[in-house]
Amino acid sequence: MPNALLTFEGVHTHIGPYHILHGVDFAVPEGEVTMLLGRNGAGKTTALRSLMGLWKPNQGRITFAGRDISKLPTPEIARLGIAYVPETMGIFAALTVRENLLLATGPAGFQQDRLDTVLALFPVLGQKFAQAAGGLSGGQKQMLAISRAIIEERRLLVVDEPTKGLAPAVILHLIEAFQKLKAARTTILLVEQNFEMARALGDTVAVMEDGRIVHRGDMAALAADTGLQERLLGLSLAAHQ
Amino acid sequence: MNRLAPYLLLPAVMLAVMPFMSHSSWLALTVAGLAMGMMLFLMASGLTLVFGLMDVLNFAHGGFITLGAYLAVSVLGPLTGWVSSESWALNLLALLAAVLAAAIASGVAGLAFEAILIRRVYGSHLQQILITVGGLIVAGELIVALWGPQPLPLAKPAILRGSFLLFGATIETYRMAAVAVGLVVYAGMHALLNRTRIGLVVRAGVENREMVEALGYRVRRLFVGVFVAGSALAGIGGAMWAEYQELITPSIGGEMTILVFIVVIIGGLGSVSGCFTGAMLVGLAANYVGFLAPKLALGSNIALMVAILLWRPRGLFPVGGK
Ligand SMILES: Nc1ncnc2c1ncn2[C@@H]1O[C@H](COP(=O)(O)OP(=O)(O)OP(=O)(O)O)[C@@H](O)[C@H]1O
Ligand SMILES: [Mg+2]
Repeated sequence: MPNALLTFEGVHTHIGPYHILHGVDFAVPEGEVTMLLGRNGAGKTTALRSLMGLWKPNQGRITFAGRDISKLPTPEIARLGIAYVPETMGIFAALTVRENLLLATGPAGFQQDRLDTVLALFPVLGQKFAQAAGGLSGGQKQMLAISRAIIEERRLLVVDEPTKGLAPAVILHLIEAFQKLKAARTTILLVEQNFEMARALGDTVAVMEDGRIVHRGDMAALAADTGLQERLLGLSLAAHQ
Repeated sequence: MNRLAPYLLLPAVMLAVMPFMSHSSWLALTVAGLAMGMMLFLMASGLTLVFGLMDVLNFAHGGFITLGAYLAVSVLGPLTGWVSSESWALNLLALLAAVLAAAIASGVAGLAFEAILIRRVYGSHLQQILITVGGLIVAGELIVALWGPQPLPLAKPAILRGSFLLFGATIETYRMAAVAVGLVVYAGMHALLNRTRIGLVVRAGVENREMVEALGYRVRRLFVGVFVAGSALAGIGGAMWAEYQELITPSIGGEMTILVFIVVIIGGLGSVSGCFTGAMLVGLAANYVGFLAPKLALGSNIALMVAILLWRPRGLFPVGGK
């Protein structure tokens, strides 16, 4: 197994008075796609927000490239080379598509080759480059959010439920885009309820339930075992297939 | 159309009052209203960004206005020779010195205020209100201790005194100058916000601070800069307002604070364009109503705010989720 780029060890997170994560353990191997699955309310988003420092874990360690990042402020975590696409996408509606992307570039601005690659992946963004992002459709906003995460070279891409609420054709487009990123050996941590997407992309998988990891293994093994799927993911799986 | 409506409001208001007065009165009042609006914009722009970026309600903002006004008095006092000189260069030098001193003093005061009080109360509006209202009271007492409670006079530079005729209307020179300065500052701020990386980060941060931090920007540090710049602008506004009034009292900042909050609320909390439009509306309304129905002048700004909030509950230019 390749080296882990990111690890959670016994991570507990509280949101206000609520104890949400109860000791989360899993690892994201370098150069692979790790799926984080689980039913609604299992704690997937909370785990990603803890990683980004948006909720502060109050116990346990989150290490990135060998360094404990669980107490760092959010901007410092991001600067280590982590790109985050939140469940809510985090698109700046009042800014143009171009400005949304520009925010994620270094001080020198766009590198033409990376911009070309991104716009080749999602040509519609090129057509709407100078328009306010608030006017994009839901699918286009998700494409913009993903583009913003890859417009600069990063070490880890963290994406929270990119297919949520999108039409099947758009989901296929996103799967294709992620397959290209996977082929380029980008390290990705992907939360998803859409099992098709998980099956198509995942190398390894961790499944959450009630703020804990209840299963870890190869994605292919979970994909082949419908009994296990039913037990771990239950109705949410059937509803999304 | 609906999105354009806020931009059309200013010309619409200007045209609407035309039939009720002579052309020369209209022109004079419009210039006076825009001049007042420009100074209000200087005072209010920092406040709206401070709220937009960190959700901080700062009721002590008026303290920076007062400080700027008093600094102008203190600097112009010893420079009487320059102020009343025939030489426009000496006139402008005196004015520049007063405005610079006001900006620096208010900026430094803002830096200290942010470090000592504001950063302790992030996230709690109740604490922010209590601590900034308290800060305003302390600042007021400090001003009285340093400059005394009596009203202080100050003189306009010679070239900005008096008036000139424009299309048959008598226009006060100082008002025209205030309009010019306000436009230059607005243009500069607009360019900074729309043409630079820092401006881009500020605009994004006003909409969604968390995402900006997740993109690696240290928003808290940026906020300190915005707070200091906003305080300095309030100081400049205060200095210009003091010169306009030619007499200041320790309550100058408190009086302007009410108008400044109306401006920020009308414009939409966090919006610089909204702040600009709101400031012009308040300035124009104060002058038009003061001329047409002087008895209503006091309530006119509140009425304006209520009318606009009934039309657009989140202000003329709503920002993000605010
Ligand atoms: N801001 C909050 N305040 C209080 N409780 C919260 C908050 N956010 C999430 N929770 C609770 O934490 C638990 C985990 O939520 P989380 O959003 O992490 O789940 P999830 O696995 O991402 O679910 P989904 O698939 O619906 O996105 C849920 O019980 C949720 O109600
Ligand atoms: Mg979630």
